[in-house]
Amino acid sequence: MDFDLSDDQRLLKDSVDRLIADKYQFTQRKKYQAEPTGYAAENWEALAELGLLGLPFEETLGGFGGGAVETMIVMESFGRGLVLEPFFATIILGGGLLRRAGSAELRGALVPRIVAGKLKLAFAHVERHSRYDLHDVMTTARKDGSAWVLDGAKSVVLHGDAADMILVTARTAGAQRDRDGVGLFLVDARAPGVTRRGYPTQDGLRAAEVTLTGVRADQCLGTSALPIIEHVVDEAIAALCAEAVGAMQVMNEMTLEYLKTRKQFGRTIGSFQVLQHRAVDMLTELEQARGMAMYATVMSTEADPVERRRAISAAKVQIGKSGRHIGQEAVQLHGGIGMTAEYAVGHYFKRMTVIDQLYGDADTHLRQLARLGGLFGHAA
Amino acid sequence: MDLSFTDDERAFRQEMRQFFRTKIPDSIRAKVAEGEGLTKDDLVTSQRIMNDHGLATVNWPVAWGGKDWSPVQVYLYQDEMQQANAPTPIAFNVSMVGPVIAQFGSEEIKARFLPKTASAEIFWCQGFSEPGSGSDLASLRTRAERKGDKYVVNGQKIWTTLGHYGDWIFCLCRTDPTAKAQEGISFILIDMNNPGITVRPIYLIDGGREVNEVFFDNVEVPVENLVGQENKGWDYAKFLLGNERTGIARVGISKAKVARIKELAALEMSGGRPLIHDERFREKLAAVEVELKALEMTQLRVVADERKLEKGKQNPASSILKLKGSVIQQQLTELLMEVVGPYAMPYQRDFEGRNEAPVGPEYATEAAPMYFNYRKVSIYGGSNEIQRNIISKAILGL
Repeated sequence: MDFDLSDDQRLLKDSVDRLIADKYQFTQRKKYQAEPTGYAAENWEALAELGLLGLPFEETLGGFGGGAVETMIVMESFGRGLVLEPFFATIILGGGLLRRAGSAELRGALVPRIVAGKLKLAFAHVERHSRYDLHDVMTTARKDGSAWVLDGAKSVVLHGDAADMILVTARTAGAQRDRDGVGLFLVDARAPGVTRRGYPTQDGLRAAEVTLTGVRADQCLGTSALPIIEHVVDEAIAALCAEAVGAMQVMNEMTLEYLKTRKQFGRTIGSFQVLQHRAVDMLTELEQARGMAMYATVMSTEADPVERRRAISAAKVQIGKSGRHIGQEAVQLHGGIGMTAEYAVGHYFKRMTVIDQLYGDADTHLRQLARLGGLFGHAA
Repeated sequence: MDLSFTDDERAFRQEMRQFFRTKIPDSIRAKVAEGEGLTKDDLVTSQRIMNDHGLATVNWPVAWGGKDWSPVQVYLYQDEMQQANAPTPIAFNVSMVGPVIAQFGSEEIKARFLPKTASAEIFWCQGFSEPGSGSDLASLRTRAERKGDKYVVNGQKIWTTLGHYGDWIFCLCRTDPTAKAQEGISFILIDMNNPGITVRPIYLIDGGREVNEVFFDNVEVPVENLVGQENKGWDYAKFLLGNERTGIARVGISKAKVARIKELAALEMSGGRPLIHDERFREKLAAVEVELKALEMTQLRVVADERKLEKGKQNPASSILKLKGSVIQQQLTELLMEVVGPYAMPYQRDFEGRNEAPVGPEYATEAAPMYFNYRKVSIYGGSNEIQRNIISKAILGL
């Protein structure tokens, strides 16, 4: 048992941390956010140059060959910077689906372009009624000769407006909520029949509503792909947990600094016991979340879906709870300044709020964990 | 980063599991599982067995029967002991006075006390808190006045856990009333059979006798019973209190409680089906399990870090172990009480020794008393509010 990073992992961490320190000061971030795309093209190039866009891909295709721990390192650092670029959508979600469901041929065609920063992906699965259920799919896929034709509407597709290609879930068979028959398709984002309405999300990132009307898919990655999709989403949740830890860490640092410098009644407010105890509770929440993010990282590659789900759900519960606590307290302990848009802490709070809503909020995962019998007392 | 245990560590865990589940009598382990109080004989029996196998004092120096184990081994030992519902070795002996004597005592006092402390031939109790000195321990007033080759001790200690089992008591006494509060205190060992000592029970809200008041009225103690140097007792007390780092989270005990809650909730019916199928109940339990898993991760991080830290330095994460561990233990006792429903109500402590059948299932009798009793865990050993003060100062620098 060992929580240390290897030398290579340490190097990776240093280089990502340096990038974030150089490029992602809060004032710089505001500039990127004001771009029409909602992020900076130059940052995307910088990520490509550092090799980060190849993070999870095989080295033979120009990738970095990283595993779950490497993803954790990068995402935690991105959480510190509140990174706006479509890394999660393209590399973690899109890349994960390609890696697990794409043929060697397809990976050979797309991965080098992704690694070079020339191809961005998105994953379209949410529908009006589906909430967090990946298997609740009304979008249809029907065979037309050798091609698949898709019809339906997808909501809150992360970075759907920036994507060049979109991975879409669509039903090839069965009823709306059947676990079988959820197909996974690759669609050119500019194909006839695809319309996209992009918009900002609460955290300053972007998403899109995507409608598909008689869209001919480029590729079918599986006609009944739910188990693979769920595994990729579990890996994505682990990545979000790591990002959340980075964001919570910053909120705690900012709050602590504020308690030590802000003076009222002739003394620093951190000298008041009522605030000291609340700062301690924020630390506790962070440390609990950090442990669970590590647990999620390690368990995200577990092949047994039930074992994996238990761990991932437990981590998402902890992250949701800790994130809400730390976010709300960070704003409260800053007082009025914490409410202002020009101050960073509120933006971390908002990102944490969105992270809770991505891929199942704390309540959803608590219910799931309970249904799976909880964490302890199983044969394993 | 690798969270799996090595083959050697797995084999070690297996060895510990085997030991605790086969060598500690089932009757004693069943009492622990049900939360029934242990008799002095239970505690001494269990500790003797462990000591005979060299497993009672693993935290002591090797020369005095300790083990030169890795932090991971210590963790596995504790985890298996706790999950087996084996009693923890008598804390006053093994994690409190023993290490203090081994660290600060003369060779003579070590030889005199350590073997009997390990074998539980002496049952120790702790004389720290006083009626006026709880969280502010350094304000203690029990006086030990030097008269020739004796100290004459006068004063009162309180919250003396298992003082009624105690053969000896280690006391913080004021030896220099003129010095600053922390600088006039000595660490003195006192035979409870001395004339002038009175032990009076304090009954707790669960109805049990666990703690006591101990009165000292001109008790004469030979000066050889001073540990280390006179007036340095506060340093030794801090060493004692800081000694227990990771065991304090009691993760293994909580895991055993989760397993028990699941087992009993499968037997108890609610709405015509086993309670364990009730969504609301399951989610409440799952929420605690998440916290417990997170605490276990925190504990493992502390354990893994321990070998790299300089002696005396602490991983920041270690500070939350008591804070979080105590709350989780309390939440689990709440759930256990909920499991037995109306059978939590009958007060059955008075039935002890009367040979009457319990009201309701046997396992229900201790559920409510344990819930009431466990409110103590966020109070003793430095209340959670004091823990927050410490973390705020030592870790956050506020």
